[in-house]
Amino acid sequence: MINVKSVSKSFGMKEVLRDINLDIEPGEFTAIVGPNGSGKSTLLRIISTLLRPNSGQVTVAGLDLSTRAHTVRQLLGVVSHHTLLYDNLTAYENLLFYAHLYNMTDYAKRINMVLDKVNLSDSKDTLVHTYSHGMQQRLSIARAILHNPRVILFDEPHTGLDQTNSIRLDEILQSTSAAGNTVMLITHDIKHALTLCDKIVVLHKGKIVYQVRTTQISYDEFASNYHEITNV
Amino acid sequence: MMNSPVITMKSPMYNNDKHPTTGQYWRTVKTIIWKDLSIEMRKKTLISALFIFSVMVTLVFTFALDLDKSTKDNVSVGVLWVTFVFSSTLGLNQTFANEKKHGSLEGMLLAPIDHTAIFVGKFISTYIFVIIIEIIIIPMFYFFYGISLFSPLFLLIVLLGSFGYTLVGTLLTSIAIRTQVREIMLPILLFPVSMPIIIASVQCSNAILSGANWGQFSNAFNLVIVYDIIFIGVAIMTFEYLIQE
Repeated sequence: MINVKSVSKSFGMKEVLRDINLDIEPGEFTAIVGPNGSGKSTLLRIISTLLRPNSGQVTVAGLDLSTRAHTVRQLLGVVSHHTLLYDNLTAYENLLFYAHLYNMTDYAKRINMVLDKVNLSDSKDTLVHTYSHGMQQRLSIARAILHNPRVILFDEPHTGLDQTNSIRLDEILQSTSAAGNTVMLITHDIKHALTLCDKIVVLHKGKIVYQVRTTQISYDEFASNYHEITNV
Repeated sequence: MMNSPVITMKSPMYNNDKHPTTGQYWRTVKTIIWKDLSIEMRKKTLISALFIFSVMVTLVFTFALDLDKSTKDNVSVGVLWVTFVFSSTLGLNQTFANEKKHGSLEGMLLAPIDHTAIFVGKFISTYIFVIIIEIIIIPMFYFFYGISLFSPLFLLIVLLGSFGYTLVGTLLTSIAIRTQVREIMLPILLFPVSMPIIIASVQCSNAILSGANWGQFSNAFNLVIVYDIIFIGVAIMTFEYLIQE
């Protein structure tokens, strides 16, 4: 579903990604882990069409981003560090805004469905600035899945969440994956990654240094390998 | 189909292939305007800040200059345009503030839309705020300076002049938003670039209000129109590249 071939990206003199090759199968739940500054978010921004690599090729659902980015955007849902929401609109109005941007028809039904999915139906007419961080994060997920994308990219969605909200987020991530979507999760938390995902990829200093299927490795073994590779 | 401008530069992000139809394009523009106006109707911070700022600028000039009748007639149009420019700059600084706060601009960039629709939507909503402020300022000037500003030609030049200023301002705000010092950066970039339209608008306004004939201000009037047209093209062609990292 996602195919990254020899991708490199630099910002000025700083080389952030170096010759990245990555395959994510349809319906696969893949975690990208790595220390700060390893290039995880840059990789996600390239796949999400927000950045263009200096070299290499990225395809999503067989569509080359350099020629078909507009079509690919319809297939992607992105949950980033920021909520991408407007404080002074209600949850419903925020989703209505995005429904129009995605040129959706029959959006009222779909908005109510995704609000229900993230347990925000009762507060759909409340202004977003009154929401807790956890509620905003859930609404951000509702925004990302609103147009029923086939590929969903999560950039450290657990950041700043308390335990209850973190567990609730895990449930949403699992149900999103179980629905047959291809999911890519960027995270620092290797325990989470091993629990939730099918495959785990370690990015270090802009290179993919290790990848393994989560069924083939225990937490202790992976943690030991991870620390050895990254010195973290 | 909406055609994208032919540009040989390489965009820092992907934007290609299927473009939305004209209907979809204007629906996106309308959605962005609806969103901006809904937020402002709820917050009312921008309009009230602009209103208070405009009143203060007008009062400061009125009492600081303490002018006699003839000098007042000579400088009032200049003062009026200074008030327009300062208020509009304040408004422009806020235009993208909502987009910056939670990265919402990125949310729009991730959507399958023509990115110039973002510019057009943001420009139109800002222009609506600027016009509202002008509707407040013009009667206020009539009250303080005693000059009638309700000539159709004068109102036309106010609309055309502020159109160009807001257009360039919206474009430059998309550059300034990427910097740490957005509030300072905008006037630094905007004032030099917008100088021709401000000077031409002031010249036109003075000529119209003093009863000059068309020949005496036609050059300045044409300059305002040409400036507006040129910057519509410049904005549509460059916005995609300015909005990216």
